[in-house]
Amino acid sequence: MSVSHTLLGLLEAEPRHGYDLKKIYDEQFGQDRPLAYGQVYSTLSRLLRNGLIKATGVEQSDGPGPERKRYTITDAGVTDVARWLSTPESPQPYLQNTLYTKVVLALLSGRSAADLLTIQRSEHLAAMRVFTQRKIDGDLADQLICDHALFHLEADLRWLELTTARLDELATAVRS
Amino acid sequence: MAGTHHGQARRTRDGGAVVNQPLIVADDVHKSFGSTTALCGASVEVAAGEVLAIMGPSGSGKSTLLHCLAGIIAPDSGTINYGGQDLVAMSDKQRSALRRTEFGFVFQFGQLVPELTCLENVALPLRLAGIARKPAEAKAMDWLERLEVKDVAAKRPGDASGGQGQRVAVARALVTGPKVVFADEPTGALDSLNGERVMRMLTEAARQSNAAVVLVTHEPRVAAYSDREIVVRDGVATMRKLAA
Repeated sequence: MSVSHTLLGLLEAEPRHGYDLKKIYDEQFGQDRPLAYGQVYSTLSRLLRNGLIKATGVEQSDGPGPERKRYTITDAGVTDVARWLSTPESPQPYLQNTLYTKVVLALLSGRSAADLLTIQRSEHLAAMRVFTQRKIDGDLADQLICDHALFHLEADLRWLELTTARLDELATAVRS
Repeated sequence: MAGTHHGQARRTRDGGAVVNQPLIVADDVHKSFGSTTALCGASVEVAAGEVLAIMGPSGSGKSTLLHCLAGIIAPDSGTINYGGQDLVAMSDKQRSALRRTEFGFVFQFGQLVPELTCLENVALPLRLAGIARKPAEAKAMDWLERLEVKDVAAKRPGDASGGQGQRVAVARALVTGPKVVFADEPTGALDSLNGERVMRMLTEAARQSNAAVVLVTHEPRVAAYSDREIVVRDGVATMRKLAA
């Protein structure tokens, strides 16, 4: 996921300080991986340099802390967010390459590729259980995020199923 | 790696205690229909209170396995033990009494009696057990309420939606307080959203009643509601034995 586009999109909604930006990012998108402060500030300075945001005010924070800059999106920034949102993501092949390599290597070395697939299968289903439970316990945002993960894991699982059904065929092909 | 997950998978959702009391033990079960072999050496254990998913491609024998475990059909060979009783050696009469008192069933299509109202359908197993109409229907109404389908109580199944009908079927399966609910593709005829609702309610209600669920499904997202899965492939079930 593009962190810089996400921060830019958050700034389009309203101008914010770096700290507020990290906070709202973590609340909305950072359940699994909260942003590091370093990443927030390095991203903001890159956006500044590229003219996509500007600093619109500096205020002294309460107490002895540093000054806080407030960032506002520029017109160029708004155009950039719009372009990013309207560009589809390229569908990524996820695990298949690694798994395919493992299956072929198992077949070539005379190990049980079926066992390898069975173990991977229960690993996938175990992960799906975790997301399902999180969905049951969570709010609508959790449900939508977990559903996305579940559908992807399910797709991998279907590939594992199909490959299991084609193992004999694959064994003949790789050994010939 | 996978072993750790299996260990966790058998823990109950709330307490974390490992469920390891086998309620059903099937060993080396064979079953053929004419020249077609459905099961050839399936061995399964079901623990009290667990949700076990039976998975596998279509035609792999998973429904036949469920029917054998539930005493609906008798295997050609092998043993099936339920709570210390030999299911294979029982008479048909004993088996059907067991099904009525200890087991509950949910199928792909609710198989509710179309002439009865949803309330009467849920009360039916209690009526068959000799309970008077009033207390039976009061209990049935409680279950309809738990499954959030109280408003279809007076309707006939044909006038309820598919999702509502399946929740009525779940209420009927649980109303007698069974030890095991057998569910064969319970969400097979539903869209994703209704399917999830049925699965969540079925597994939650079963856990609260400490009933085990034996769930046949080919859908991974449905199986993800289970504690543990077995895979049936070409009539053979592969699983890890329950921890001693």
